[in-house]
Amino acid sequence: MTSSYNQRDWTVHPSYFSENYKSTHLRSPTKAPIKIEQTNSELTAPSFFPLINHEQENDLTKNGAVNGQQPLGERIVVTGRVVDENGKPQPNTLIEIWQCNSSGRYIHAADQHDAPLDPNFFGAGRCITDNNGIYKFYSIKPGAYPWGNHKNAWRPAHIHFSLFGPAFATRLITQSYFPGDPLLELDPIFQSTPKEARKLLIKTFDIEATEEGFALGYKFDFILRGPKATPMEK
Amino acid sequence: MSLKQTPSQTIGPFFAYGLTPKQYGYNKIKDIASNDLNSEGTIGERISIEGIVFDGNDEPVDDALIEIWQASSSGLYVTSKNLKDTNDSFSGFGRCGTGTNPQRKFSFTTIKPGTTGDNQAPHINFTVFMRGLLSHVYTRMYFPEEEGANQHDSFLLNVPKNRRQTLIAKQISSNKGSVYQFNIYMQGANETVFFDV
Ligand SMILES: [Fe+2]
Repeated sequence: MTSSYNQRDWTVHPSYFSENYKSTHLRSPTKAPIKIEQTNSELTAPSFFPLINHEQENDLTKNGAVNGQQPLGERIVVTGRVVDENGKPQPNTLIEIWQCNSSGRYIHAADQHDAPLDPNFFGAGRCITDNNGIYKFYSIKPGAYPWGNHKNAWRPAHIHFSLFGPAFATRLITQSYFPGDPLLELDPIFQSTPKEARKLLIKTFDIEATEEGFALGYKFDFILRGPKATPMEK
Repeated sequence: MSLKQTPSQTIGPFFAYGLTPKQYGYNKIKDIASNDLNSEGTIGERISIEGIVFDGNDEPVDDALIEIWQASSSGLYVTSKNLKDTNDSFSGFGRCGTGTNPQRKFSFTTIKPGTTGDNQAPHINFTVFMRGLLSHVYTRMYFPEEEGANQHDSFLLNVPKNRRQTLIAKQISSNKGSVYQFNIYMQGANETVFFDV
């Protein structure tokens, strides 16, 4: 077992408080987190490999479809690797995703956006990375949606991702965006990320990952916290 | 260290149908975890945990996700080979959203963990996610009846004395057995201690 993981890098993660993202105002801790030495509790994590009793739910173009019909929208493949900061692949790690449909509407009952639900799209799934840390999802490109944070606030198209990694310390929930989206510049959530790190949240269009006659390919790699180098290794 | 960590982003308000589908009544996909960590073969003292997440206006948060990760009654995490060698079947990991209970409570059914060694009092590890929280927070719940062990716990010792009580659950009487109440305050005079895990 790894003896400790690098700290969260606050030059890439957004600060808790964001002036322009209003929901942070009453929900962001005001006191600095307390420093600790990691113990077994932080160095271990649940393992979901293999996904016992659960099918791989990595095809969102199918897992909500009724009677063999298809969801509306532009089909996409999202694929990439999960690695740590040293570039070491992270096999057998659970990735969960959720997203809105092509019109920008989530199936979640709390989503009141006046855009149509798609009877053939559920919008959530999961998969486990393979031995090389590679994952792959099929889906449809999510739409933009309004969210009321400010006048004409629209979220850029995004997919929500949840990853565990090898330790409680490597847990990550994030969102990945699409290249060339004009809403990125105006989005307080994306913009809350330190400037230099924002590009780490944008998928790249990839013609190699594109599937002939079926779906456009996008690449997105996840970089999780890695083991702290011991003085010997330095 | 050559690559930069992928930045965190908020979980947003609509995670439930993907991460806690059963709790919220969605049946297209199955859950990978629930708020019940026990099964018939779990060894240990059955306990329940419940709490409310409060924002800076002391309003209950109705769209938070709470995850817990804890050791077995013998103080071992489920990934430990030593635990796998016993007959103790325990999931060690639980999830609960705050959007289905009328009071916005989260709740878990589990067992009281043993000590994991290394100057650790028995504790339950928490991660909290919600809309408006751009990176998750880590905290721990400790047990009020473990005063002695709590005094030597390496995490608690790093916390200023006047804030330690934010990490100690309250034991409340109930006909369901031992119930521990653990509220989480994002801000305010009782702001919960979060750890730089
Ligand atoms: Fe979203």
